[in-house]
Amino acid sequence: MTGATLTVSGGGSLREVLIQGIYLVSSVFFIIGLRGLSSPDRARRGMGQASFGMLLAVIGTLLQQDIVRFDWIIVGLLIGSTIGLIIGRPLWIKVPMTSMPQFVAISHMFGAIAATLVGVNEYLLYGPQLSVGTMTAIGFEVFLGALTVTGSFMAFGKLQEIITGRAVTYRGQNAVNFVLFGTAIVLLGVVIITPGLAAAFWGMVLLAGILGVLMVIPIGGADMPVVISLLNAYAGLSASAMGFALNNNLLIICGALDGASGFLLSVLMCKAMNRSFANVLFGAFGAVTAISAKSAAGLTARAITPEDAAVRLAFARSVIVIPGYGLAVAQAQHILRELADLIEKKGGTVRYAIHPVAGRMPGHMNVLLAEANIPYDQLKDMDEINSEFDRTDVALVIGANDVVNPAARTDPSSPIYGMPILNADHAQSIIVLKRGMGSGFAGIENELFFDPKTSMLFGDAKSSLTKLVAEIKAL
Amino acid sequence: MTGIVIMQLYVFVLAGYVGYQVITRVPPLLHTPLMSAANAITGISLVGSLVAAGSNRGALSSALGMIAVICASINVVGGFLITDRMLKMFKRDERKRP
Repeated sequence: MTGATLTVSGGGSLREVLIQGIYLVSSVFFIIGLRGLSSPDRARRGMGQASFGMLLAVIGTLLQQDIVRFDWIIVGLLIGSTIGLIIGRPLWIKVPMTSMPQFVAISHMFGAIAATLVGVNEYLLYGPQLSVGTMTAIGFEVFLGALTVTGSFMAFGKLQEIITGRAVTYRGQNAVNFVLFGTAIVLLGVVIITPGLAAAFWGMVLLAGILGVLMVIPIGGADMPVVISLLNAYAGLSASAMGFALNNNLLIICGALDGASGFLLSVLMCKAMNRSFANVLFGAFGAVTAISAKSAAGLTARAITPEDAAVRLAFARSVIVIPGYGLAVAQAQHILRELADLIEKKGGTVRYAIHPVAGRMPGHMNVLLAEANIPYDQLKDMDEINSEFDRTDVALVIGANDVVNPAARTDPSSPIYGMPILNADHAQSIIVLKRGMGSGFAGIENELFFDPKTSMLFGDAKSSLTKLVAEIKAL
Repeated sequence: MTGIVIMQLYVFVLAGYVGYQVITRVPPLLHTPLMSAANAITGISLVGSLVAAGSNRGALSSALGMIAVICASINVVGGFLITDRMLKMFKRDERKRP
């Protein structure tokens, strides 16, 4: 047999039955917990159930016969939990909601380090005697693990702006990546056939680490949601592979759940940008230099004063706010909520139209607005709200650009053609809060800004909103 | 041996399918908490780490195991706490208009 320590009970000792029973209950709790996330009312309870599942998993594991000493375990658990508590408790270090993607990225890194080390440890202990099956599992565990460690760290660095958030590209980048990837896969194959060949194993680990870095470097800020989701999937698959290696069904199940979640979210993000997986990973959006056929020449945008905009908002019956990431960067969510409260006090309704790619990770904008105490029943998905714009008096666009560009519907030569957008142009009137006339992430002109129904309120989002609040109060 | 691998593959494929079904029901509203929750659940590698740290298979093995336990428990504890903090912010409209 192999170094696998969690052997399936052929004899079926009572202890083994108990452990497997606990693992089974634990997996059920994980699934029920994730199920709870289908509604905000049940979500917190669901997460309670999932963390109970995790507690059961730890208890079941500690009952195992192979575990004979607890000193290292206790020290490890104490240190790890303390650090986890410090990060997780808002009282000590407050992780702002805008930093949530970084946090998730660095947290992935820690999980992946654990998976990688466990795999490396098995290899160090039993290397040459490993069976093909176990070696395959350990190989994938370590390959995906190491890739996730460095990839997550790079993603963290980019999001935290320790390294440039721009897409870093160079000639032959894809060729280099493919060659490295191919070599790593060949080494993986070699080490599976001849597990004793330690050089192949370490070479593979090294290449996986380098690939993680190279995979994230060409990804620009707005494509980060796809990468973070993908890293989530890899971390899950690495845990699953560990389950295959250690013959532990709980690991296989949890890893598969994470893998499914990660892949599903990255596919959803790609769809929302109307781009293929391959295009996000190998295309480096910044390198696309296609220029929209229509230029802004001869068109003029109409500016509006805060006083006029305030009057229009105050007397609107229905307002839909379209927030972009710029809003969150300016930390203007709280003043936006104040504005919304004033409009409601004047008798209007306010809702928020959330594009799936608003923010730096899937669903990010919802969390940023919820942080400002905006009730979640006012936060509407694109599909839910798009038919409502026709009956809306004012669409208030704040810091969003490409997601409201009608060219996505009408102009086949535009790089964003085919991307699903919010139908802000269907509203009776549109007010756009914008710093200046610069173009959006995709670097293209936005016809919406030149629409006769559109008025531009220039200035920093936070100060413009503050002026609007003051003006409405003065009415 | 083959029997075990086949059973493992069954478990993997079925769990992946259940995951897909459960996760397609999560509304976009909660996609960030979902990702943070999935991240916390990835900390399940704690299970393997505990075995590595407690098996008494040499000092290097225990040390690697302990580092793995530290990393995995940061992932678990930090992940669940942050998810809960996020979910706490999602509130219904209390002053519902008639």
